[in-house]
Amino acid sequence: MTTLAVLEQRDGALRKISFEVVTGAQRLGQPVEAVVCGAGTVQGVDQVAKFGADKIVTLTNPAFARYAPEACAQALAERAKQGGYRAIVFTASATGKDLAPRVAAKLGVAVAGDLTDLNAEGDAVVVTRPVYAGKALLKVKVASQPAVLSLRPNVFTPVERPKAGASETVAVNVGPGRVTVREIKAAPAGTLDVAEAQVIISGGRGLKEPANFKVLEELAHAFGGRAAVGASRAVVDAGWRAHADQVGQTGKTVSPSLYIAVGISGAIQHLAGMRTSKVIVAINKDKDAPIFKVADYGVVGDLFEIVPKLTEEIRKLHG
Amino acid sequence: MKIAVCIKRVPDSETRVKIAADGKSLDEAGVKFVLNPYDEFAVEEALRRKEQAGAGEVAVFCLGPAAAQETIRTALAMGADRGVLLSVDKIPADPLESAKVLAAELKSSSWDLILFGRMAIDDYNTQVGTLVAELLDLPCVSAVSHLDIEGAKGVAEREIEGGIEVVDFPLPAVLTTDKGLNEPRYPALKGIMAAKKKPLDIKPVQPGTGTLEIAALTPPPARKEGRIVGEGAGAVGELVRLLREEAKVL
Ligand SMILES: Cc1cc2nc3c(=O)[nH]c(=O)nc-3n(C[C@H](O)[C@H](O)[C@H](O)COP(=O)(O)OP(=O)(O)OC[C@H]3O[C@@H](n4cnc5c(N)ncnc54)[C@H](O)[C@@H]3O)c2cc1C
Ligand SMILES: Nc1ncnc2c1ncn2[C@@H]1O[C@H](COP(=O)(O)O)[C@@H](O)[C@H]1O
Repeated sequence: MTTLAVLEQRDGALRKISFEVVTGAQRLGQPVEAVVCGAGTVQGVDQVAKFGADKIVTLTNPAFARYAPEACAQALAERAKQGGYRAIVFTASATGKDLAPRVAAKLGVAVAGDLTDLNAEGDAVVVTRPVYAGKALLKVKVASQPAVLSLRPNVFTPVERPKAGASETVAVNVGPGRVTVREIKAAPAGTLDVAEAQVIISGGRGLKEPANFKVLEELAHAFGGRAAVGASRAVVDAGWRAHADQVGQTGKTVSPSLYIAVGISGAIQHLAGMRTSKVIVAINKDKDAPIFKVADYGVVGDLFEIVPKLTEEIRKLHG
Repeated sequence: MKIAVCIKRVPDSETRVKIAADGKSLDEAGVKFVLNPYDEFAVEEALRRKEQAGAGEVAVFCLGPAAAQETIRTALAMGADRGVLLSVDKIPADPLESAKVLAAELKSSSWDLILFGRMAIDDYNTQVGTLVAELLDLPCVSAVSHLDIEGAKGVAEREIEGGIEVVDFPLPAVLTTDKGLNEPRYPALKGIMAAKKKPLDIKPVQPGTGTLEIAALTPPPARKEGRIVGEGAGAVGELVRLLREEAKVL
């Protein structure tokens, strides 16, 4: 049996999150076949061999220049139906969350999605997924062959494990589909999405007014391109920050290596989006704020004094 | 515009999660249930589309226990015209089984739009809408945060990492709604009174068991006890040292 790891590309270049899928897929103890849908050769796809792909398949079709939900789903489902796959593993990114259920339905199964853990146990695949806003973990036995899974981003840290990665290109014959991406409105250049950042500095109502987010942007900048600025719902609803930056139950789920919550109280719906971060720092003037219950390190006090000082120290380290 | 909206009854997001004696489910004693917040966006969007068109119907469908009638009444109070409860003792653990039951019910009429929430805030499955679309072979756009419809053509926006995807699709279609699409209305007293008289059909259904089996529901691993490093700007030096030497993230 083989595990099929579905990679992601944008504008013809492999997305880094693909390495996590290849790393996670190996947890099932089977050879990994990595597959990507592209209009032609996908730049960087050969790199997945380094992370443990035994085989790399590029499915090509002109429709794949942009994400083509129906065409991709059809091509992947047809590949999966050739048989011999124990599992099909996606990433639970914006695209993966759209694509995985389409493929699953075509295979007559559901997705076990947004996983933080997966293991093979006999004939079944046993997975763990956070539910109830991260307040509980659900352990699920997936009995279908193949199991269709998606992995929570930033949980399966890519590990180098070089494999042959023999590559194959297959032109697939699928139509463009009824649902087509007309364009991608890119976020302003240089802004990193919170879902992809290794460091997130999030601000809440404690920032007092939108202009003060500059303090957080300066701190993010001090991390040199690895950090993004996130926000609580309170400040998104107030129109201070874009919804794309919102962390939490009705925003994004993130798991960066470092999450710094500034002037955020730590409501359960905010925690839902960030409690799987590796290290959490809280800066809040209220020593009883619930955020301190999940923070590894807390500093009590006025953020307008603490954050600029922190920025200065981080600059020294990176300077 | 004839619009169907699928809604789910879920525990309020403030709920303290207590695990039931079976070790596999939520202890529902004392839990407050609400209309899934993402489904509020779907109901609101349906109402606005119908209001704009000046004619049509908004019907809501809910697969759930008898108590979910209350959830349906909430949607009726917002302004939906009628509701259908697909009644079960327990919602299946496999979302495909829920999708099959919903698809079978929706198939008996023709709809311009079928709306779902992006995800249910209890099980976080994030797929029932897309599965129903596949079962009915309808075009589907998921996680819609902006929507324009003209005639039989729609343009939707969805957030992706680092940008917004602009998607063209034909009607009839299935859409799943994300935050940002609209601001859901609160049911007014008049609406609540009117909802009591609106039709609510109850149809017992028998979903299959599917291939996903719940093995256990457990509390999340407790995060290692954190600590307050200190107060004010004076604590920053120590914080940075800890982040470097202990946490090793700098
Ligand atoms: C269905 C539902 C979904 C939701 N989804 C989300 C979600 O996705 N994300 C989310 O974040 N919330 C969400 N919420 C809202 C959530 O319940 C909280 O209301 C919100 O997170 C509070 O935002 P906040 O922490 O910025 O504001 P507050 O709770 O007002 O906290 C502000 C904090 O700033 C501190 N502070 C003030 N001044 C300073 C200063 N000078 N220096 C240091 N600290 C200071 C205060 O002590 C306080 O702790 C949701 C709610 C519901 C009902
Ligand atoms: N039992 C149900 N009854 C009606 N609609 C449902 C049910 N379960 C899920 N849905 C719909 O599907 C969406 C996604 O749910 P889920 O895939 O469970 O996260 C929800 O927001 C609802 O619109």
